[in-house]
Amino acid sequence: MMLKVRNLEAGYGKLKVLRRVSIHVKQGEIVTIIGANGAGKTTLLNTIAGLIKTQSGEIMFSGKNIHGLPVERIVFYGCSLVPEGRQVFSTMTVKENLLLGGYVLKRKKMDGAVEDEIESVYSLFPLLRERKKQLAGTLSGGEQQMLAIGRALMARPSLIMMDEPSMGLAPLIVKDIFNIIYKLREGGKTVLLVEQNAQASLRIADRGYVLETGRVKLQGPAEDLLANRDVQRAYLGKDIDADNL
Amino acid sequence: MPGKRVLQMAGLITGVITVQLLTRFTGTGYFLTQLTMSAYYSLVIIGLCLLIGYAGQISLGHAGFFAMGGYISALLTTYNLLPYKDNAIIAVLMKTGILVVRTNLYGSEILYFQPWVACIIAVSMTVLVAYLIGGPILKLKGHYLAMATLGLGIIVYRIVLGSAFFGEADGLSEVPAFTLLPGLKVSGNLSVRISNYYIAWGLVIIAFITLLNLVDSRVGRALRSIHGAEDASSAVGVNTAKYKLNTFVLSAAFASIAGVFLTHYNGGIGPSEASVMKSVRYVAIVAVGGMANLWGALIMGVLLNFLSLRGYFGSFDDAVFGGILIVIMLFAPEGLIRVDIFRYLKRAVSGEKAGEQNDGSS
Repeated sequence: MMLKVRNLEAGYGKLKVLRRVSIHVKQGEIVTIIGANGAGKTTLLNTIAGLIKTQSGEIMFSGKNIHGLPVERIVFYGCSLVPEGRQVFSTMTVKENLLLGGYVLKRKKMDGAVEDEIESVYSLFPLLRERKKQLAGTLSGGEQQMLAIGRALMARPSLIMMDEPSMGLAPLIVKDIFNIIYKLREGGKTVLLVEQNAQASLRIADRGYVLETGRVKLQGPAEDLLANRDVQRAYLGKDIDADNL
Repeated sequence: MPGKRVLQMAGLITGVITVQLLTRFTGTGYFLTQLTMSAYYSLVIIGLCLLIGYAGQISLGHAGFFAMGGYISALLTTYNLLPYKDNAIIAVLMKTGILVVRTNLYGSEILYFQPWVACIIAVSMTVLVAYLIGGPILKLKGHYLAMATLGLGIIVYRIVLGSAFFGEADGLSEVPAFTLLPGLKVSGNLSVRISNYYIAWGLVIIAFITLLNLVDSRVGRALRSIHGAEDASSAVGVNTAKYKLNTFVLSAAFASIAGVFLTHYNGGIGPSEASVMKSVRYVAIVAVGGMANLWGALIMGVLLNFLSLRGYFGSFDDAVFGGILIVIMLFAPEGLIRVDIFRYLKRAVSGEKAGEQNDGSS
């Protein structure tokens, strides 16, 4: 088991956002978490990544208890986050962004691996190679998303968590991004994907969770969720009653 | 890149030597005093530049760290311990050479801390304070951090102004010379004016090279990433709290060292060194230099401090620096000294093509 979250509760100050959330991700899976605005999707990822303190519950990653560890430790263990809204370092070049992504490799005594890793990111995103000297802030939204994913890959994570990679992108670019996520799994990565674009993410995922006001409402294989009437009505925009009329 | 760095350093060192020779041949040797003082202030400013410009953390309390270094060192080297010489601890310290005796202006003997020891104690105490205070206050961001550091500066100012121990409004005087090596001492004495100019600049250049190498390294990238997006920075595995704290402590140490040296050079220190306007001045100069621009901070630090020390701003001294901060923030938030200016000058000097283009467009 790659990631196992049990009865997790977390929030901001007195406001509890997550209520006894339990999820798990197996090696080599793409797991998606869907839900409406404010359901707690981003909070869940940020809590796993260590950016938000847990109030109770446990988080196991590759057999280690990472509950309460500082963010940099969790990245070091191989769990990387592609944050919501990309958050590239806009005043730095594309290459510097990637070098920063490889920041933990030095502590893993793999200094030499940084150049190799940059090459493999460039071969995944040839566009980034062309723009390596450009300031990240001047890239388009889609390119910034690719950079954010590339930056997370630089740390050689075993689990990569993505927070709304399709946010604010043109439909064609969204398709590209989802293709890349699919490719990542072929490259041996495990992916935990948070999305509002339920249709697209359920198509590429193996399993999914539906989060509603901080609780897991539904879970199961992605195709089952796609076929589920409640999911279809609430998240896929299909008005089933209208069909029946 | 290292080749370019060596060339830049050679340029800086040549500049320092040229200025000294110029003052010699033009008979303006008295400028060296202000240039030496400016160098020490610039040491504070380049340290602050690392903190503000690169790590993105503001401090309005660096005059406090400067004063801590200066005051502690001044106190240890002027407080007469002779009445306590029978005390066992004092006797041991005397034997080990940590305490030494000198005769003051009026012929009486004074038992005081050897300046090297005083310097080390002063800087370590500043570092300790910066470390203890930096931990909690660097959790704050933006305006809140500015207010907290401002508070720190005000506390130091009120303490040195209010305690008889630190000479209240008069400050501490009769600080002895600081003998770095036999024959090389930090002192305001006219006979050692030239060597002191080089001591100050030597110190600044060493600090400057350290910082230039630092910002170009993995550490420098990490600092700039904190500036850019702190959450994303920790998401790639940078220990942001540790980096912010270390940078804060490093810049406080620079300020403290500058305080120690300048106090020995001036032979004393007064509470105005700890005043809030001093901190504002340091921040203003970092801003004029272009925030994340060590060269800008150094050049502006020397230039503006020199003008101020020579009295060109008259009684409007503090007003000028406040004004500079406002004007820079409004009209040139990138600072006055920018890379494109150099690029522009280079183009203007090297070829007429660029010039023609400019003519065409105007």
